[in-house]
Amino acid sequence: MKRKKRLHIAVLYAILILVAIVMIFPFVWSVTASFKTRSQIYSGNPLDLIPNPATLNNYRKALSVLPFHRFLVNSLFLATTVPVISITLASMAAYSFARLQFKGRDFIFMLLLGVMMLPGHVTLIPRYALVRKLGWINRYTALIIPPIFSASLVFNIFFMRQHFLSIPRELEEAALIDGCSPWGVWRNIIMPNSKPAIATIAIIGFKTEWNSFLWPNVVINDFLKMPIQVGLTYLQTNVQSSWDILMAATTLSIIPLIVIFMCFQRYFMAGILTSGLGGR
Amino acid sequence: MNADCGRDGLMKRLGGSARQVRQTLTAWSFILPALIGLGIFVYGSLVYSLYISFTSWDLLTPARWIGFANYARAFRDESFIQCLYNTVYFVVAIVPLGIVFAMAMAMALNKQLPGIGFFRAAYYMPSITSTIAIGMVWLWIFNPDQGVLNAILKLVGVSNLPRWLESRVWAKPALGIMRLWQVSGYYMIMYLSGLQNIPNELYEAAEIDGATGWQKTRYVTVPLLSNTTFFATIMLIIEVFNLFEAVYVMTEGRPGGSTNTILYYIYAQAFQRYRMGYASAMAWILFVILFVITLIQFAARRRKEEIGF
Repeated sequence: MKRKKRLHIAVLYAILILVAIVMIFPFVWSVTASFKTRSQIYSGNPLDLIPNPATLNNYRKALSVLPFHRFLVNSLFLATTVPVISITLASMAAYSFARLQFKGRDFIFMLLLGVMMLPGHVTLIPRYALVRKLGWINRYTALIIPPIFSASLVFNIFFMRQHFLSIPRELEEAALIDGCSPWGVWRNIIMPNSKPAIATIAIIGFKTEWNSFLWPNVVINDFLKMPIQVGLTYLQTNVQSSWDILMAATTLSIIPLIVIFMCFQRYFMAGILTSGLGGR
Repeated sequence: MNADCGRDGLMKRLGGSARQVRQTLTAWSFILPALIGLGIFVYGSLVYSLYISFTSWDLLTPARWIGFANYARAFRDESFIQCLYNTVYFVVAIVPLGIVFAMAMAMALNKQLPGIGFFRAAYYMPSITSTIAIGMVWLWIFNPDQGVLNAILKLVGVSNLPRWLESRVWAKPALGIMRLWQVSGYYMIMYLSGLQNIPNELYEAAEIDGATGWQKTRYVTVPLLSNTTFFATIMLIIEVFNLFEAVYVMTEGRPGGSTNTILYYIYAQAFQRYRMGYASAMAWILFVILFVITLIQFAARRRKEEIGF
């Protein structure tokens, strides 16, 4: 019986490791390839993972074809700005929905929830037309304002409201008796008590913005303002299948997010576990 | 004496309603910024989109009202029909496999064994990665001459190597493989949380009845995960219907439109050919399809519950 169990576990591990190799392989392959020389990539054995000799030339080439450092800075800027504004607006609204009384509150809340069911592609064209009319094409405003007001804002409202409802009311009541306004309560009591929830949606928001492509692709063609995913596709058009340069660029675009994932794994998982819906 | 009468009562009433007005104003000031933005960029856009779908519009000249012509055109457009067919193919190929993989992975990882955290992270990693970036890596993996997949196949003795993304036969499966690889881990985490909600007593009861490991899986675990499966299926179907970025970097709908998807076709019509009206009409058709599928699934679930499954 005990031997059978041990065999069981050995088989399980063998399968787990095999699947893990399949899952990780594309990452390992692109990172190692980014350090390989051109001749090793095109005439070496593709299964040989170790760069020999290792070189930084691919990165230099990628950076000389297109301003990748600029793309990275832009993406970093957007992936922090958009979630910060979105979370601020969302937690304000969520506080109102969770704690304050006003006519039509539940109706408005249901109306908002409907947005989460709405696929983004339906509003793509009118949003583009609107942004064009406003003269925002090729401006940061186009990359910041419309992405804030999308289904993810509604998801954040929903998520923060759930969290606020779990905060004991006693915390606020003392402050209200002391003459604190709802704004003061929101800022000094509610928000400081919501750090893990904020971290969860902040990290999901960062991921969403870092990876976003379709919208920035239609509103930006100026390299100075371009985020990384759009820049990558421009590079692809430029160098076709020069895998050495492409792999250096994809590595640059993937690694920052992987590092953040490693550091904040708990919050990534929490985002799915508590929500199930949205958040991607 | 009635408190509502007399001066005191009046003051109280005015004071009360003044406080109420102030309260309402405060409450609204909290939600207005979000509401105004969403009103313009979501609800406004929605109405605008419906209007555009009834016009012929190239962005440069004024939109011309043409009624239902765009909708009629979509159902006569062979490329659109092909996209519908391709999308259905991807749904049929990806959704069941994705659900099975995700469930199996979650069951294997729902154990307290050393190193389990590493495996969870490894399986989940593809789903947080940008499809654009990792799609380029897969483009190379699938490259028939320089790619690693065919190198491995050659190594194990396959002689007739597929041309993958260049071939009409293999392009769809290749895209399907890439998407399965990428999304399974996300649904695995959903199943992991579903598994943690199954009470241990049920397994103990099954063991007392002499159930084998497989029977426990079949008659306890899978039925009790049906709620997770229901939501995962809906989300995965929507996800597959929105297949876009992988097509954008890997095939652009080629060869011969065999990997073209509805969303990619909408994008191409709108932003490469500037047929805003036609693209909007197709976006609405896609929306209605997704809506109807979700409704059917909810209805089917209710019936299943009534039968007492």
